[in-house]
Amino acid sequence: MKVNQAHGGGLVSRILSEKASNKLKEQVSEFQDIAISSSMADIVQNVGHGVLSPLIGFMTKEEVDNVLDDMRLLSDTPWTIPILLDVDQTSGISIGDEVVLSLDGIPAATLSIEDIFTLNRRKFSQQVFGTQDSEHPGVARVHTMGKTLLGGKLSVISSPPTNFAEVTLYPLDTRILFKTKGWQTIVAFQTRNPPHLGHEYVEKTALTFVDGIFINPLIGPKKPGDFRDEVILDAYRALMKTYFLRENSVLSILRSPMYYAGPREAIHHAIMRKNFGCTHFIVGRDHAGVGIFYHPFAAQEIFSQFPDIGITSLPFKSFFYCTKCRSIANDKTCPHPTSDHVNFSGTEIRRHFKEGRIPPESLMRREVAEVIASHPEPFVK
Amino acid sequence: MCPKPKRKYTTVSIPRTLFTKIKARIEDTGFSSVSDYVTYVLREIFAEEVQQSTEKAFSSEDEKRVKERLRALGYLD
Ligand SMILES: [Zn+2]
Repeated sequence: MKVNQAHGGGLVSRILSEKASNKLKEQVSEFQDIAISSSMADIVQNVGHGVLSPLIGFMTKEEVDNVLDDMRLLSDTPWTIPILLDVDQTSGISIGDEVVLSLDGIPAATLSIEDIFTLNRRKFSQQVFGTQDSEHPGVARVHTMGKTLLGGKLSVISSPPTNFAEVTLYPLDTRILFKTKGWQTIVAFQTRNPPHLGHEYVEKTALTFVDGIFINPLIGPKKPGDFRDEVILDAYRALMKTYFLRENSVLSILRSPMYYAGPREAIHHAIMRKNFGCTHFIVGRDHAGVGIFYHPFAAQEIFSQFPDIGITSLPFKSFFYCTKCRSIANDKTCPHPTSDHVNFSGTEIRRHFKEGRIPPESLMRREVAEVIASHPEPFVK
Repeated sequence: MCPKPKRKYTTVSIPRTLFTKIKARIEDTGFSSVSDYVTYVLREIFAEEVQQSTEKAFSSEDEKRVKERLRALGYLD
């Protein structure tokens, strides 16, 4: 019984042993300290636990340029989003130094500095987002980044205490879990929203053809108006408790920033799920998109450029309710005109909750809607 | 002084007859050149070979420790 191979060969672990980590903690005052954000600390943990295999640290300039130009690492392994550590100032830091990255004064990791270089914001934005328009949230974020980048290998000293620890699994955990469950084919579902009926149909349609489903909400910085992380998790727990089989479904979170990089990010999302041991990845309409920056199917089409990605993309059409079929359907299964269709609109679902109402059961399961409504403030302010 | 940039591409020889056959085959496809096609096919084959090789599995200590945690969290019975 074997689950999918990690990306680029083997699953990376950059977590120091307890002994090595304790020793480092004693010597920590001897290192130059660089404070990092909690979002950057998430990336550090992801490198440490192999979510970003085969990466073992932050990219050097040569690696970044290769990823930007060719969507591949220097090893020719597919990779679409540069993984960067940006800093505001580098006085006293040189190539060859080992520095400590700390979150709120607690050392998280050491970084062996192999490269110090300047962020080319225009090139990064153009290549990753296909635009330099600062209305794009990814471009806007690039403009707030520090101007200098540090590349090098990470060694993770400690994991910061986090909420949602009970639903936090890393690739070693999921690989052992899938193996123990006897799953060989596993489809991953990426989400940032509570599930409506359209999501559930996509998930279950995919699940029909594989051994198990790995529902993996992305937890990270959010925009005002987004559903809160705890709301998304509670909603999925409610759905899965009543409408999924425990023996073929798993829910756990992934702490990772959203880049809104559309097609490039779809590849990135798929690679991370491959590292968790998944063999299939659901790609919806306008996956990781924002506004009208990407063609709705660009994120599905980009997979054809990577014959060696090692995870099968499952491009899905949007589901809707058809009043003629009297069932949930999609363009491939329903012959009726769009005037017979009721779309599952995230905007409409949000509007119901904002106006203090529960969305109808034709849009969202009652159990899910009630658990969302039970949160005094379901949205990020 | 700028370091000399590394060349990104190199040359591999294939029989001219095969080249001609591929050139005809890729007309009206998404492949813009024989090189593109050959790169695609080689990456595909190489990935399949890597996939079939066995990855170093986790140690039995890892497995024991992780399973305990998975049980405690309710992921395993
Ligand atoms: Zn219909």
